[in-house]
Amino acid sequence: MGDAFVEGFRWMLLSRTLEEKISSLYSAGKIVGGVYVGRGQEAFSAALGMSLRRGVDVFAPLIRDQAGRLAYGEEILDAVRTYLGSVLGPMRGRDGNIHRGRPGMGMPAMISHLGSMISVVCGMLIARRFRGQSGVVGASSIGDGGTSTGGFLEAMNLAGVERLPLVVAVANNQFAYSTPTSHQFACRDLVDRAVGYGFTGHSVDGEDLEACLNVFKKAVEDARNGGGPQMVVGSMLRLCGHGEHDDASYVPAAVKGGAKDCLAVARGQMVERGLASPEELAVMEAETYEAVQSAVMQVQKEPTPDPARETWQPLASAWLMEGMA
Amino acid sequence: MAAAGIGLADGRDGMSITYLEAIREAQRRALRENGDVFLYGQDIGDFGGAFKATKNLAKEFPGRVMDAPISEDAMLGMAVGAAIEGMKPIVEMQFADFSSIAFNQIVNQAATHFWRTGVPCPLVVRLPSGGTSGSGPFHSQSLESIYAHFPGLIVLTPATVGDAYSMLLEAVHLSDPVIFCEHKFLYYHLKADDLPEENLPIGKARIARNGKHATVVTYSAMLHECLRAAEELALDGYEVEVVDLRSVKPLDTDTVLASVARTGRLLVVGESFPWGGVSAEVISRISTDGFHLLDAAPMRLNSKDTPIPYHPNLWGTHRPTAPTIVTALRELLRA
Repeated sequence: MGDAFVEGFRWMLLSRTLEEKISSLYSAGKIVGGVYVGRGQEAFSAALGMSLRRGVDVFAPLIRDQAGRLAYGEEILDAVRTYLGSVLGPMRGRDGNIHRGRPGMGMPAMISHLGSMISVVCGMLIARRFRGQSGVVGASSIGDGGTSTGGFLEAMNLAGVERLPLVVAVANNQFAYSTPTSHQFACRDLVDRAVGYGFTGHSVDGEDLEACLNVFKKAVEDARNGGGPQMVVGSMLRLCGHGEHDDASYVPAAVKGGAKDCLAVARGQMVERGLASPEELAVMEAETYEAVQSAVMQVQKEPTPDPARETWQPLASAWLMEGMA
Repeated sequence: MAAAGIGLADGRDGMSITYLEAIREAQRRALRENGDVFLYGQDIGDFGGAFKATKNLAKEFPGRVMDAPISEDAMLGMAVGAAIEGMKPIVEMQFADFSSIAFNQIVNQAATHFWRTGVPCPLVVRLPSGGTSGSGPFHSQSLESIYAHFPGLIVLTPATVGDAYSMLLEAVHLSDPVIFCEHKFLYYHLKADDLPEENLPIGKARIARNGKHATVVTYSAMLHECLRAAEELALDGYEVEVVDLRSVKPLDTDTVLASVARTGRLLVVGESFPWGGVSAEVISRISTDGFHLLDAAPMRLNSKDTPIPYHPNLWGTHRPTAPTIVTALRELLRA
């Protein structure tokens, strides 16, 4: 577990560093639109991303999955380019922030409507089943709030009916924007829903990297080996607002006080377990900051979209365009 | 007749292929010719579909005609996922009305995908559309205007057996999401001698009847009501030109403009609700681009602005029919 733990910590650190940089750019007015970060959820997200095989498995990340995206194989540049609207990024200024993806490498681009990516992953898995590709796993993330949508339950039911090799990671971070879980669901625990959809349910402490690594390793292996769909519910607190525009003042002090920062916990464990000395961690942190800084500096020099050069073409069948733009 | 062998079922010998069978044959041919095609919908497997549009196809193509749970949102999401992986899903909505549950996946996921990511999303959504007697508010809707509103979708409204066949096949070949509005009223009653090997491409309207006194632009089942109206007015010496749009998006403005240039008068007839929509779009375009061609204010005739009624007495008055189209045309011709 030592190597995986170190790798997980590195993805968490890179994610946190990258998102803090994006947040500071937002505060400086350098980013158009919103910024949404995964502070407090890095362990859960990184462990999910690490459990998947890039180029083989499918991963549909959601709003707080920077760590998982990086662990799965997203380049830092993809994130920065999308936030800054570089035309060299995957979304070319046509979509922003967390609405980015590379469907060709198995990572679809999320839309904002919660619950609607899970059925897309089902379809990607069914396409691979048609093509006779076995041993493929699909994963998708959702939060406690997203589990209330019709899209979520329809897709979960579909995955159960088709017994797809799907892993759904539910980050129960206690708040959907400002809404506490008491107004989101009435069941005792979200994991209790797994059986109703024909999923195997797992629960994990989302503040504990090692526990997250173990649970996703098992869930993904089980899905890969024909064990049917898996639902992993992680518990943590969102250590940020819904977006950077939101100070989360609605989170009670007692709730805030009871929460742990998964990155701080993992950092302490790195030292305790002899995986890195404080000096080595300081070097690692400096290098990570440099990597982020250099990506941002590069992207800041890149071109932003030019409306005169935009094709304004929403159809692949260009000859059917009506020229109404 | 613009296309040989195509017309309303009237008991003539030899008219053997129905509009519904044309849709089934197009799906059969697509499945046979393209290994990436699969069908997905409720009750479409062994049962053959609520209207039997997929009868026997599950047996003929094992594993490629998949029954879905009653989950229109997930069905369309699944189709999007398969499509972006290079498959060609044809999704059957049991009724067009139920596609409202899949609306998000169609307009936000499928329609935006190519533009956002550069990866095409080739899928076909079959919408059994329009009114039939006794079907009521939730099994009768015509939703082409709603879907045509969204960039990134192609919206087809075949009115003939030949178009149902050729346009569905062409839709499967496209790399974009296609909303295929097939009219339930035509399923069993509209027949043709045979299926076309070649046809007008998607995006081209057809002059279904030549005339010189007025142009009626229409599509889907209303084509046949308009043709009856034109026949009746012919008894009075009026020659009414009837344009079948075939596809509402893209919309063949040029063919409509050319017709209005010949006639100077325009009536647009649609079965969908009157507020906004295809008829408003056609009138807007012709008023802008062909104002100088018009000898009278353009008119439109749609259903009434109420939910679609159940009882035949009400339903028969709710949507346009040949007699109400005749009345509208007489008003247009007098203007």
